[in-house]
Amino acid sequence: MSGVLLRPAGFDELGLRRALSDRMLPLLVAAMAFLAALSLAGWFGAAALTDQWREGVGSALTVQVPDPNAVAASGETRLHDVLAVLVGTPGIASARALTNEDLTRLLRPWLGSGADKVALPLPGVVAVRLSGASGLDPAPLAARLESAAPGTVMEDHGIWVRRLSVLARSLQACSLLAVVLVAAVAAAVIAVATRAGLAARRQAIEIVHGLGATDGYIAGRFAARATLLAAVGGLAGAIAAMPVLILLADLAAPFSGRPPAAGSVADMITSLPAPLWLALPALPIGAAAIGFLTAQGTVRRWLRRLP
Amino acid sequence: MVRFEAVGLRYGHSGGPEAGPEVLHDITFALPAGVFRWLLGPSGAGKTSLLRLMYLAERPTRGRLAILGTAVEGARRRSLPSLRRRIGVVYQDFRLLPHLSAFDNVALPLRLAGRPEGQIKADVTEMLRWVGLARKLAAPPLELSGGEQQRVAIARAVIARPSLLLADEPTGNLDEVQAERLMQLLKEMNRLGTTVVVASHNDALVGRHPAPALRLDHGRLFSEH
Repeated sequence: MSGVLLRPAGFDELGLRRALSDRMLPLLVAAMAFLAALSLAGWFGAAALTDQWREGVGSALTVQVPDPNAVAASGETRLHDVLAVLVGTPGIASARALTNEDLTRLLRPWLGSGADKVALPLPGVVAVRLSGASGLDPAPLAARLESAAPGTVMEDHGIWVRRLSVLARSLQACSLLAVVLVAAVAAAVIAVATRAGLAARRQAIEIVHGLGATDGYIAGRFAARATLLAAVGGLAGAIAAMPVLILLADLAAPFSGRPPAAGSVADMITSLPAPLWLALPALPIGAAAIGFLTAQGTVRRWLRRLP
Repeated sequence: MVRFEAVGLRYGHSGGPEAGPEVLHDITFALPAGVFRWLLGPSGAGKTSLLRLMYLAERPTRGRLAILGTAVEGARRRSLPSLRRRIGVVYQDFRLLPHLSAFDNVALPLRLAGRPEGQIKADVTEMLRWVGLARKLAAPPLELSGGEQQRVAIARAVIARPSLLLADEPTGNLDEVQAERLMQLLKEMNRLGTTVVVASHNDALVGRHPAPALRLDHGRLFSEH
């Protein structure tokens, strides 16, 4: 098959290497890809935080039982009765009373290492995990706990998680909107560059058209060039965004429970969430796709003016 | 081969507010395959417009036009490129691509037709030798004289062995010797079976090469022959 080649490599009959220059277009697309990378990072960041909150706090209730070891009407301790109510409630996965050591550890930041020696009447604390996303209604449960052991306080963290989730989802929506806008602007930039190229090469296009070139051939020549330039721009933007993203991930690490990167390459690689590592290579691919489709559409529409 | 029936042409959007005056009126004639025709008439008579209809740069505003057996007026746009590849055109202003070498300009129709590169190299080299430019293969048009550019344009028009060869004032930029040489090339193509139409207002040249003529004046066809 060697020698059977439709066109020699680099054959540029429409002069597109100058009409669609390799300076401005890749630079603009790189800027767009950079912005898209930041937006995507925001999207994944918000998603990760929501998940974490939902797993960590979202499924949890805290129940405080004052005077836990006092004997209730049932003959058992108040703490025991509260636990019995909790365990028997549908929608609750587990209920665990914190030991004195647990409580001491929790109080240490406030009371120092001698917390266990302080003679404070500590309440019994029960950590409750809810099973999945079951809609446990807190009000009847609170009433039953109150009757089992008067004075028991139930703290539902869910409301904060729900508020934070709404905030995070709004952030995600904004990020998505930003990505869509960036893609639209990139398409517009490529369309403008393609139209400028069409205007600059009008005569060459008319000559090639007159020699029997199909619309598909001419559009293909422009699209090949635009795809290459957009892919180069997308790659440059993604690479430029990487140090910024790693820095941001480093700053966000304490909030998401991961240690900050110690500075080694492996730490930096793992500091970015895995979905982002999949999304970054998608930027040049996406830019190339936008370049291809925009150039094809622009050129084909323009060619309809020729007979 | 070529058939005009009551063809009219006006530039601009037909029927729209931008429509210009009709430049060709009720043109009717037929060319059998393999003939040679002069297309004669004063400047502004409509010779170039008639040729533009024949090489499918315009579609008729009215009437019926068939080129190489295909009805043009109702043809789908996508069916025209393959038809254009069977028509060779020598333009008055050559219309070479300035950034390509003489070789690549002549090779262009073959590359558009998807011919294998090996065959293209042999054919184009042979063709440029035939028009006397074997030593200028790599030269861009700007480094060639007017006559040499004209010969590149001829070579590009005939390289794909068209069934119909159209030339618009091909000798306008040439001296007598070069014009004579060009006529020999065109007649050679005609001898090989190509239908040839040459628009000219060079009376001396027409006198030296007598052939039937289409005569145009003020957008009307006055006589066939």
